[in-house]
Amino acid sequence: MPLSLAFTAVGAALLSGLLPLVRPGSNAAARLIAFPLLGISGIFGMIAGGMALGNTQSDSIVLPVGLPWLHSHLQLDPLAGFFLAVVSLVTLVAAIYGPAYVREYEQGPQPLLPLTLFTGLFVAGMQLVLLAADAFSFMIAWELMSVTSYFLVAYQHQHEVNRRAAFIYLLMAQVGGLFILLGYGVLSGFGHGFDFAHMAAATLSPGWSSVAFLLAFVGFGMKAGVVPLHVWLPQAHPVAPSHISALMSGVMLKVAVYGFIRFSYDLLGGIHWQWGALVLFVGSASAILGVLYALMQHDLKRLLAYHSVENIGIIYMGLGLSMIFAGTGHQALAALGLIAALYHCLNHALFKSLLFFGAGVVLQQSHEHDLEKMGGLIRRLPVTATCFLVGCISISALPPFNGFVSEWLTFQTALQGPVLENNILGALIPVAAAVLALTGALAAACFVKVFGICFLGLPRSEKSAAATETTPGPLAGQIVLAVLCLLFGVLPTWTVGQLEHIARLFFPGGMPETTAHGWLWLTPVSSQVASYGAPLVLLGIGLAWVLAWLWMHPRRRRFPVRRAPAWDCGFGPLNARMQYTATAFTMPIRRIFRPVWPITESYRAPTAEEQGGRYQLKIGDWAWLKVYEPIGRLLLTTARRMAMIQGGNIRAYLAYSFFTLIVLLLVVSL
Amino acid sequence: MKGWLLALVQTGLLAFGAPFLAGWVKWIKCRLQSRQGPPPWQPYRDLLRLFGKEVVVAEAASPIFRIAPYVVFSVTALACSVVPMVAIGLPTAAIADVIVLVGFFALGRFFLALAGMDVGTSFGGMGSSREMTIASLAEPAMLLGVFTLAMTVRSTNLASMIGYLIEQPFQLYPSFVFAAMGLVLVAVAETGRIPVDNPATHLELTMVHEAMILEFSGRHLALMEWGAMLKLMIYSVLLCNLFLPWGVAVDFAPLSLLIGLGAITLKLLLLGTALAVAETGLAKMRLFRVPQYLGLAFILCLLGMLSHVILEVN
Repeated sequence: MPLSLAFTAVGAALLSGLLPLVRPGSNAAARLIAFPLLGISGIFGMIAGGMALGNTQSDSIVLPVGLPWLHSHLQLDPLAGFFLAVVSLVTLVAAIYGPAYVREYEQGPQPLLPLTLFTGLFVAGMQLVLLAADAFSFMIAWELMSVTSYFLVAYQHQHEVNRRAAFIYLLMAQVGGLFILLGYGVLSGFGHGFDFAHMAAATLSPGWSSVAFLLAFVGFGMKAGVVPLHVWLPQAHPVAPSHISALMSGVMLKVAVYGFIRFSYDLLGGIHWQWGALVLFVGSASAILGVLYALMQHDLKRLLAYHSVENIGIIYMGLGLSMIFAGTGHQALAALGLIAALYHCLNHALFKSLLFFGAGVVLQQSHEHDLEKMGGLIRRLPVTATCFLVGCISISALPPFNGFVSEWLTFQTALQGPVLENNILGALIPVAAAVLALTGALAAACFVKVFGICFLGLPRSEKSAAATETTPGPLAGQIVLAVLCLLFGVLPTWTVGQLEHIARLFFPGGMPETTAHGWLWLTPVSSQVASYGAPLVLLGIGLAWVLAWLWMHPRRRRFPVRRAPAWDCGFGPLNARMQYTATAFTMPIRRIFRPVWPITESYRAPTAEEQGGRYQLKIGDWAWLKVYEPIGRLLLTTARRMAMIQGGNIRAYLAYSFFTLIVLLLVVSL
Repeated sequence: MKGWLLALVQTGLLAFGAPFLAGWVKWIKCRLQSRQGPPPWQPYRDLLRLFGKEVVVAEAASPIFRIAPYVVFSVTALACSVVPMVAIGLPTAAIADVIVLVGFFALGRFFLALAGMDVGTSFGGMGSSREMTIASLAEPAMLLGVFTLAMTVRSTNLASMIGYLIEQPFQLYPSFVFAAMGLVLVAVAETGRIPVDNPATHLELTMVHEAMILEFSGRHLALMEWGAMLKLMIYSVLLCNLFLPWGVAVDFAPLSLLIGLGAITLKLLLLGTALAVAETGLAKMRLFRVPQYLGLAFILCLLGMLSHVILEVN
């Protein structure tokens, strides 16, 4: 039953891409057909995913398509169901948000058709990745997802940056795909079959299983965007249309996480704690570097893209902890870490989509993408600003919103480090927790910057002063996500109860204590160790607020609020250029963590000819300078060397063929 | 029921005792500097006066500016309710553990910093930028210090932590000494005292907390000020009860509650005196020395953690 609903969802997504092709000239037709179908796909996918999450029995089918000797295996178990629900939820909201949003592109040089076509195929690809139960279908769906998203990134291909970003994205997606394929190759070699059931039954030597794990870690990590494989992310996300950025950042990265979990927990099994240590280390590095790089960005969407690197890092930290505990035989704690990671997947999908949707509205209404030119938008876009604020609070991991719960669960997992016999590991895990704390605090600083510069203060450009609130469609999409951010923050016990179904797939014991004390209390290990009553926190804040408000009431009657020019220590009239800028805001952090970024800073003092000095600040990415450029140079040099044999002379080519033949004959005869 | 009632009373004690602690520190400081000084109950008068005054809000201010005082105050007030001051075992202590408590402070600070940027003055932005920078360094140090304690007592729940420490026979853990030193440094930074920030200054280039609340007036300012006093009170109570847990009531008998109240009052007065002495003896640091100061706090907490893992785990 859930599987047939999921097929309906995939079908609707495919139709939403293909059906507009019948009226290729009409933008309106594309919009009116594609988005409702996408919404239907989202609804069916959510129902299917939700049902599968509750099912202990996994639903599977073999379709007579695919290779002659390998029919397509599809299945829907709680793990796939959860991710299907997340994908479909964001798809549904994107379908609400999209129609009004893409109207702007109708005035642009491109027709809408490629956008709707590839969006539909992209969503269908993601859903199929989750349903696939053999390596062949998985790779087909994976490539469908990668290639269609390449076209979405390249949608506005008249700009050179977009073409370049799309090319890098495609390149890295292909390299990543190759690693995944090799990983499956190892498994199928030992399991004598390409379907997941055979692979899971394979018995591997520790060496080979580590090789397979590393291949999958690199392959899926490339798509998920862990440091240093993240460089495509801050390039590709800002140039795609905003609802696509939301889908890519909020959901596609989660599909990569799904692939990683499926590969290492389900297919590979027998987890070693060393893998967990690696995942934890890479996750911590991604989290801290992601947020530090995000702090220095002034392009709103690029900043959000770096935050995706950070959040994927947090997810990987949870997974790493889970693997360490799984490898040392602490099943309940391994389940806890896995649940923390999954919970953060859900949360990140919600708040990052919300933030990208908000950023899309800001970009479209103010026609600025540089933070330094925004300001005061809360008065122009009050509803968008409120929703964006919810997103900022959630991503900064502040109670009582959702981001806090998953980080809290990760902290709780990390604090159980001392149960390990290995003392060094036991000491390193709390340090990872400190890194997580630093990440959270820096994220809060970053989002104070974003919200403060973008929405508060005075408008820094005429265009942002003229912005107006957007239409109901995009607003509704944002409101839905904002409400969900609060709900998943306030009802963690229910959510964790649902996620426990997934944990029980791999750790049959589950976590008996976590939800044992009723819906009010979340007690990860036991009620003595730690508890969090999220609904009571919300109630308490509300109660204190009401009390303060009542206490103020008679005074408010006597003295209504009076408006006056800002005091500013009496320094006189303000203008927008006197405000703190985003660059200034992050200057102390830039100075403290200086070696983290390659910074070139130059200042030219005013001269007699030129009035006003000139200050330039350029902040790059070490991963790009130290990893990718050398690799690129090496490739180019090698290619140039290889080109020497391409003389263009027919006799030379004949000689090559002849000598190759002789060498081959020699090899055969040996 | 009795527990909830007691929790309410204790929250009230914390909330209404906070101005006295702030006044006490100020009074001692004045005496140490050979000044007459306002009496310790002066903050009550100041708050009452501010509550009775008109509110002037800048023309450019958005709704964030007007809700920020309420958010800051209500979050801090909620934090008061989870801190065990007189007795442990109160039902409210289970609502939030120490990580959530840090989260409460972060939420309050988030809105405080936004309010600082709201009007669009340079001072506000400067204050917010500095506050967020300092906080992002102080928070990890604080959590690491707390984790050190949490690993010894196997709990992040404040009441269980204190309960465990009372039951144990007195024992000087090296990890506790390091963590205590680190947490004291963090507490000074987080509550905006000398040498990190000076609550008495209005010198433009040095202020942090004051720069953010520069545009507030009347009852809004009162809520902000009260919130800051609450924060000082909470940190003091935490330091006292975590590292000198003696006297905290473990049951709800009237006598033990009375002893608990007396003990915490005494401890707070002593801690306030120590703070005043330290503030008199130290000069405020340059802003870019603060990272080194907080780095020291972090290293101390890390040492505490390592010494726990190396020396105390068996």
